Amino acid sequence: MLKQIFYLFVFVVVVTSCGSSSENDSEVITDSFDRVAMLTNITDNIIIPSYEDFSTKMSALKQDGETFTATPNIQNMNTLRASWLNAYKSWQHIEMYNIGRAEEIQYSFFMNIYPLTVRDVENNIASGSYDLDSPNNHDAQGFPALDYLLHGLADSDEAILEKYTATENKDNYKAYLTDVLAQMDALTTEVVNDFISNKSAFVASVSNTATSSVNKLINDYIFYYEKNLRAAKIGIPAGIFSSNPLPEKVEGFYKQDISKTLALEALSGVKLFFEGTDTLPTFKQYLESLDRQDLATSITNQLVTAQTQINTLDDNFFNQVNTDNTAMTKAYDELQKVVVLIKVDMLQAFNVSVDFIDADGD
Amino acid sequence: MYNFKKQTNAAPLAVFRLFFGLMMFASIVRFWANGWIEKLYLKPNFHFSYLGFSWVKPLGNYTYLFFVICGLAALFVAMGYKYRVAIITFFLSFLYIELMDKTTYLNHYYFISILSFLMIFLPANATFSVDAFINKKKYTNIPKWTIDSIKLLLSVVYFYAGLAKLNSDWLFRAQPLKIWLPSKYNLPFIGENLMQQNWFHFAMSWSGMLYDLAIPFLLLYKRTRIIAFVFVVFFHVFTRVLFPIGMFPFIMIVSALIFFDAKLHHKIITIIQQFLSKFSFLKKSKNQSKANTISIIDHYTFSKTIAKISYPILILFFAIQFLCPWRYLLYPGELFWTEEGYRFSWRVMLMEKAGSTNFKIVDTKTGKFFMVDNTDFLTSFQEKQMSFQPDFILEYAHFLGDHFTKQGHKNVAVFAESYVALNGRLSTKFVNNTVDLYQEKRTFKHKKWILPFSTKIEIKGI
Repeated sequence: MLKQIFYLFVFVVVVTSCGSSSENDSEVITDSFDRVAMLTNITDNIIIPSYEDFSTKMSALKQDGETFTATPNIQNMNTLRASWLNAYKSWQHIEMYNIGRAEEIQYSFFMNIYPLTVRDVENNIASGSYDLDSPNNHDAQGFPALDYLLHGLADSDEAILEKYTATENKDNYKAYLTDVLAQMDALTTEVVNDFISNKSAFVASVSNTATSSVNKLINDYIFYYEKNLRAAKIGIPAGIFSSNPLPEKVEGFYKQDISKTLALEALSGVKLFFEGTDTLPTFKQYLESLDRQDLATSITNQLVTAQTQINTLDDNFFNQVNTDNTAMTKAYDELQKVVVLIKVDMLQAFNVSVDFIDADGD
Repeated sequence: MYNFKKQTNAAPLAVFRLFFGLMMFASIVRFWANGWIEKLYLKPNFHFSYLGFSWVKPLGNYTYLFFVICGLAALFVAMGYKYRVAIITFFLSFLYIELMDKTTYLNHYYFISILSFLMIFLPANATFSVDAFINKKKYTNIPKWTIDSIKLLLSVVYFYAGLAKLNSDWLFRAQPLKIWLPSKYNLPFIGENLMQQNWFHFAMSWSGMLYDLAIPFLLLYKRTRIIAFVFVVFFHVFTRVLFPIGMFPFIMIVSALIFFDAKLHHKIITIIQQFLSKFSFLKKSKNQSKANTISIIDHYTFSKTIAKISYPILILFFAIQFLCPWRYLLYPGELFWTEEGYRFSWRVMLMEKAGSTNFKIVDTKTGKFFMVDNTDFLTSFQEKQMSFQPDFILEYAHFLGDHFTKQGHKNVAVFAESYVALNGRLSTKFVNNTVDLYQEKRTFKHKKWILPFSTKIEIKGI
């Protein structure tokens, strides 16, 4: 009996080792999935076009801001508002890339921390001296600050315009608007240029370590979806994490009727990123290569379900929370189901290294 | 009938003691150097306790002291200096460290805990030890059962690890290796090809199972011993390359030397003595002059009182070792899913399991609720472990209930929204979200609020 076990064991080991040597000697069969190709596709066809689109819209926004501060009138204000919304929508497609320079300088903290702290904004304007680079001013700049400066200063357009034309502090208001725009534009240029110049290193970093591009991108994607999309845009205003709903925490609070537009924009960005195509692979194709077609389909379907649920909501989430918060929490529930699929199932399938602690897999 | 009076050469146990002590010392230093004391024991605000041991907690910066004590005790064990006190100290300090937070539970650590407990009863300082040198007494032979007991414990570890692999996920789906191996794509030479092959995942699963079941016998049987040891080295080095399992492979390789005859251990001792003498000329002369005065005693025998105390303890100890891995049979449901009776059973690397578990704090009177952000209370490692282990979920639910009650919330009820994925299956709901976990007691009884394992791909086997 012992001998038989022994021979069996020797046989298996020999087969195993022979297999490995012949595999290496003959042509090298590579892993069916090419991560460099995936990263290259994501970089060339998703990240860079999104960055470029945003860059252009950000420049236009800054330009329109300059026109408005030079000649503050209703028409210029409306032009500025329109390009603000354009850029804000485009921003939804790049917020998730917390990589390279964007991560180092905490780019998104300067661009889209909401709710805005109005008191800080007004104090900055009143005093005329402020440091927008300071973390204390994260919640006093970026898109939410522009939202306030363009929609929230007063009840009517005329009254808002007066802040820039007739009040004692009008120059300070104009200066603040200019400074916020300049800050956003400068940081954007810095981040985009840095990413493009480091592109080849980014694409080549595909090892399974906590710091490789591919793993960081996977983690960023999940983090963005969970925190910035699911929680910030829907969950927090719906009061999922607090005793009472907090409708004043919606994105675009001063414009109000754009919160749904922005949420859908962000969700479509997430979906586009996940899906890829056969020739332009992303996470979906990666999952399929690991025989997880079932999971890939579940994620796509659930993203669609979440999208449908959000579509039933009012354009204005502030109103939605105040009139029928149940619909809002339903949307949250559908978004949450995606979290489980990407954070538990997808992460498990990719088997991404996260921790550096000993483990024996139990 | 086993002859407890039979004697055998003392050298293998002495060598085992030396290597064990050194390995443990290195493990403690490594643990500290990696910053894990701070990361795992000081940074978290909340610690998951073993049932009945919630009084064992990290003690702020004094926690380092436990590691100092444990490391020094390991060195004393290695030297064989004040051996009995040293090994008891090591066992207790190591046990304390392990009991502080079950998030860090590893079968390896459990192995070291019980091995060091066993070693308390063994005369590992009988020869080649500072104790022998100081007491001027050196024993050539010791009772054979002392060495056999270590062999038995090692055999139990391997054999039960093998038995645990006799299940359909491991053998017929090659899970979880099918998930783990392909992710090692950046290994040189084999990462992009071999690691990706389906047949290789199966070959690894089956040979791993056969290895674990057969290796104790191959090591015990003289004619296969050398080849078995080659397997041991190969297997553990290979797993070390593939998985983050720290010092464990080296500990197992060195431990396997105990199966060899005393001849080998005498050689090892001679080499070490030569090595030591090269370094300190002073000691050499001292050693030689004093060595003459050491009396060499043929047989080590336990005094009657010690035998009376230690025999029943060790018999009970091994009875527990044999039975403990089977305690899962007392629970209904799928073991891999409920994990009731999973730990302390040599179930190593059997599951790729992950979950997402979030808690809803409800005011039962008003129906108002909010969700908890786990990162407010747990480290990412704790959250990860909590998310798929029912006993963690329950303990944390109680912690949350207490916390929010203390904060002034009224009529607190705690519900869990939990999803778990196991060995490549799609995630499914894990916890009955209509059960108020705050009202569920922490016991060893079956947890009825765990939803049944509902999947088309069942797990069959031991």
